[in-house]
Amino acid sequence: MSEIHFREMASKSWLNILIFLCGSAIGFLLCSQLFSILLGEQGDTQPNVLHNDPHARHSDDNGENHLEGQMNFNADSNQHKDENTDIAENLYQKVKILCWVMTGPQNLEKKAKHVKATWAQRCNKVLFMSSEENKDFPAVGLKTKEGRDQLYWKTIKAFQYVHEHYLEDADWFLKADDDTYVILDNLRWLLAKYDPKEPIYFGRRFKPYVKQGYMSGGAGYVLSKEALKRFVDAFKTDKCTHTSSIEDLALGKCMEIINVQAGDSRDTTGKETFHPFVPEHHLIKGYLPRTFWYWNYNYYPPIEGPGCCSDLAVSFHYVDSTTMYELEYLVYHLRPYGYLYRYQPTLPENILKEISQTNKNEDTKVKLGNP
Amino acid sequence: MVSASGTSFFKGMLLGSISWVLITMFGQIHIRHGGQTPDHEHHHLRPPNRNDFLNTSEMTPMELSKGIRVFCIIFGESEDESYWVVLKETWTKHCDKTELYDTKNDNLFNIESNDKWVQMRTTYKYVFEKYGNNYNWFFLALPTTFAVIENLKYLLFTRNASQPFYLGHTVISGDLEYVTVEGGIVLSRESMKRLNRLLHNSENCTDQSVIWRLSEDKQLAICLKYAGVHAENAEDYEGRDVFNTKPIAQLIEEALSNNPQQVVASCLSDMAITFNGLTPQKMEVMMYGLYRLRAFGHYFNDTLVFLPPVGSEND
Repeated sequence: MSEIHFREMASKSWLNILIFLCGSAIGFLLCSQLFSILLGEQGDTQPNVLHNDPHARHSDDNGENHLEGQMNFNADSNQHKDENTDIAENLYQKVKILCWVMTGPQNLEKKAKHVKATWAQRCNKVLFMSSEENKDFPAVGLKTKEGRDQLYWKTIKAFQYVHEHYLEDADWFLKADDDTYVILDNLRWLLAKYDPKEPIYFGRRFKPYVKQGYMSGGAGYVLSKEALKRFVDAFKTDKCTHTSSIEDLALGKCMEIINVQAGDSRDTTGKETFHPFVPEHHLIKGYLPRTFWYWNYNYYPPIEGPGCCSDLAVSFHYVDSTTMYELEYLVYHLRPYGYLYRYQPTLPENILKEISQTNKNEDTKVKLGNP
Repeated sequence: MVSASGTSFFKGMLLGSISWVLITMFGQIHIRHGGQTPDHEHHHLRPPNRNDFLNTSEMTPMELSKGIRVFCIIFGESEDESYWVVLKETWTKHCDKTELYDTKNDNLFNIESNDKWVQMRTTYKYVFEKYGNNYNWFFLALPTTFAVIENLKYLLFTRNASQPFYLGHTVISGDLEYVTVEGGIVLSRESMKRLNRLLHNSENCTDQSVIWRLSEDKQLAICLKYAGVHAENAEDYEGRDVFNTKPIAQLIEEALSNNPQQVVASCLSDMAITFNGLTPQKMEVMMYGLYRLRAFGHYFNDTLVFLPPVGSEND
């Protein structure tokens, strides 16, 4: 009986040993699997382990549509050592532009902030126009209500405010929305050929309703000093109506009444410079359906594809926060090194002479010249 | 009896786990010691200095620019057929020569395999045999990548293509530093030569996957390492990556969502070379934004000069 018992015990212990070995094998494999999975994931998403890495880590979190922070593209002055901006700077002095941006209390942090961080810095003077004053931003309070039907009233009040406080500070007065992106350097190139004492205004010209056409509100429009004077005067003397639900059309009608000319803002190859949409909507053939209002509104023959847009575009509209920075990057920073652009616009001789005169007379200019 | 075998099972598991931990720890220490050699340090490659320019100033800018010849290989698959048309119509016009290889509808080699690594090495072998003498740099990218060839040429023009260069956006995985295909892979002629030499023997550079399949870019790195070619991360003067694996909008959003209360200095380089994850429409927009749209009155004193492609409407 002890023999049988012994055999039973022996087989039991063999079984135990087997089970023990199984357990250890499984434990071993499990650990290595677990660890490899963890390591594998890390390995794939691990960012560059640069020893002297100056730039921030990019997380994989896309976040929501509302951009929280701000980006300063101009903290990289080292990258622009080879850049000669003499002509741009001369034009800044010669063609003084005051920009006012149509915004509202809810949009200061959501939209206007990014305008302020990008293109607004290139205006000779910029004002953010809201229904209420905000001393911190800062934003001017027009003492109106908000809403689409208030746009014309806000526009009138904004121009009146500018006329009262800043008339002598600029030659040209630009109105833009908080979702418009404006390239001031190109606007100066466009306006340099004109005299601010002429009654003229520029923008994306639409043809319906007004004989000489009117300018799209969203794409931005710019008034000469004389045009601004006449516009403000027109309300004092009741030449123009105070109320309308369509801001840009009402302004265009008024301009015609007061004999302010609707200018041709196209470049020397006939391409449009002010744009009512983002580049993609103009560049991609078929993006805007044939039945869309746009095709019937444009004063000049509308073009889609590469011919839609000037190299020296002045504005784009419906630009969200991310696209503001993207445009800023594409216009002022990213460039193909050594590339000889096909379109080589210059300024007329007389103007080039004039602005280099201005350059000679000023000593205090900081030159970003050739090293 | 059940409880007895249960305990021995768990004892076994415990022993197995502990022994794995011990083995791995010892293994890591061994690797770390080995990792102190310069080979395992992270490599960077930056654009040329002023001094490098001066050495090359006997040539005119045009001669200098014509001296760098880049061969572009678009490699990969895409559900959207329009990519292949758009690629031909956009940035690849700025390459000296382009070969488009759709790995899904293989029309070039008729390889039986769907294995990306097999397809990749066949492509490299084919390109080197046919074009190896006429081009000095070979750039491989996915169909969703947009590349600025002028900036690639600027990065490389003072480099000697008879040296083994292997550049892009590098990633470190374990002790392997490799160029991720999503940012684009640049090989000098010498690297292609060495790769081709290895690939002539079909036993070399076979699939290195052990448990999980290794991606083709990792396989390439392993193979090149065997030939003495090491990956380098390409950067601008400030250390910013010039090969990007994401589109501009995403990079902007990520940078800003990381620092909500602050103003962030841009992480995007003025001389960026690639962005990945673009739709065909975004490629058209990039062509306009890069080769046409600009601010009037800003001029540059560049050492190289590149002309727009002949007959192009979107440049």
